[in-house]
Amino acid sequence: MITAANVQAGSNRPRSVPALDVERIRADFPILRERIGGRPVVYLDNAATAQKPQQVIDAVSAYYARDNANVHRGVHTLSVRATRAFEEARVKIQRFIAAPRPEQIIFTRGTTEAVNLVAQSYGRTRIREGDEIVISWMEHHSNIVPWQILCQQTGAVLRVAPINDRGELLIDEFVRLLAPRTKLVAITHMSNALGTINPVREIVDLAHAREIPVLVDGAQAVPHFPVNVQELDCDFYAFSGHKMFGPTGIGVLYGRLEILEGLPPYQGGGDMIKSVSFAGTTYNDLPYRLEAGTPHIAGAIGLGAAVDYLNAVGLDNVAVHEEELLFHATELVSQIPQVRLIGTAPNKAGVLSFVIGDVHAHDVGTILDHVGIAVRTGHHCSQPVMERFKVPATTRASFALYNTKEEADALAEGLREVVRVFC
Amino acid sequence: MSDINDLYQELILDHNRSPRNHRELDAPDGKAEGYNPLCGDHVTVFVKLEKDVVKEVTFKGSGCAISTASASLMTQTLKGKTLDEAKALFRRFHGLVTGKAKEITEGPGLGKLEVFAGVCEYPARVKCATLAWHTVKAALEKRDEIVTTE
Repeated sequence: MITAANVQAGSNRPRSVPALDVERIRADFPILRERIGGRPVVYLDNAATAQKPQQVIDAVSAYYARDNANVHRGVHTLSVRATRAFEEARVKIQRFIAAPRPEQIIFTRGTTEAVNLVAQSYGRTRIREGDEIVISWMEHHSNIVPWQILCQQTGAVLRVAPINDRGELLIDEFVRLLAPRTKLVAITHMSNALGTINPVREIVDLAHAREIPVLVDGAQAVPHFPVNVQELDCDFYAFSGHKMFGPTGIGVLYGRLEILEGLPPYQGGGDMIKSVSFAGTTYNDLPYRLEAGTPHIAGAIGLGAAVDYLNAVGLDNVAVHEEELLFHATELVSQIPQVRLIGTAPNKAGVLSFVIGDVHAHDVGTILDHVGIAVRTGHHCSQPVMERFKVPATTRASFALYNTKEEADALAEGLREVVRVFC
Repeated sequence: MSDINDLYQELILDHNRSPRNHRELDAPDGKAEGYNPLCGDHVTVFVKLEKDVVKEVTFKGSGCAISTASASLMTQTLKGKTLDEAKALFRRFHGLVTGKAKEITEGPGLGKLEVFAGVCEYPARVKCATLAWHTVKAALEKRDEIVTTE
């Protein structure tokens, strides 16, 4: 359970001073003025995708309206402007996660593509038959399936570290899985289905002590709290733009420079080559070698604007605000006797996953939608987690910086309506 | 705005709580499995035929209230119907839950199935209401296969 004590511990400020001006933030998100069934939308599906502030919408729109051209090749002014904006975005993202150098930021379509890039480019050159890859039971399908594919291709074996009833990684069991043939650990920073935050630095230290590199799936982490890849000391860090208030279709793979430099291209095409002849092709330098084809330029620029936005608000403030919000929502929802929370790790963020009696999650979702509340219902692309907790599906409310206590109140009220109809 | 009780009517809630004909059939003439990957709704439908008349329909499986109640009411409705009547009922039922009830008027009346009229207001739930019907269609055609709604 989250307790009042650790909410306080997460914040050094007196409780009376709000961490951030949520009304001012809400004014930046035009979609929050939408009405569903005559009521203002209560958007609690942020773990699926987050809404976009006007600043991001404007950055994308301004790029298309004023600077659109292909990058890295034109001598004309528009191409120079587009290239500059694109590369500035890369530097913003580099600083956002405290990466040492901009060429360690590889643009991808999202977290999924970033993980697949590592599985195919790193995995297929470094991982052989009988080698092992260690993941955890709380991974999203996109941090399971790329490794299963790699295992099929290479004859490597996937090992899964278990979790406890609160949804925490069992570190001792995890350590037991680190064997001489373990070639990679791939672990989520924060579980999308449970909200659990993993002790990534501890995991990295344990793996590095055995010379095993670590990939971190940061898709859920980056919108909620500051991430510093050097402090985490991880070898790869993958995340998506759209979950941190940027556009869809753009994501990032950060990699340790020595490792990235040794990676063969993931895909072949434009931008990733220096010269091509039928006798052979010379590949480009980092990061372009791993970014074949015309990139999602507008997406990268939009993601840069999202980084600016989060920097202006301050992710420390976001973390405090959301911790108070999650505490409030957890208290309210727990008061409903039929509710069983799924994921009660003391160290968690942003996610409230639960089942209500034997009411199917989709019926819960429809009743909440009827009162304008958007939640996710289903298995959240984490079927092993559902299996672990022996539920077919859960209802998941997930919070972002623009959510309010009043919205948590509306959620609890909507759940009481579910109980009234079904229980 | 419509009332949520227009969707979750008492008859639907009752059939969800205590689904009728919720059992396997020994030696069925037809059997099919239906799966809705979106919801995880899962249903297996068993049928017994006498010539072209449906003698018995039962189902097993788990799902949301809409899919469970729909399967339950379907089994009651189809008993005693000819194959042609069953097909016509599915067409009308599909029309009802997709908001095209007025366009499809041939075939037997829907009777109790009218209770699903509210589903047309919730496009995301149409597949829940029609899963058992798609599945029974496969069972009646003796296609022993997995029907999915995706």
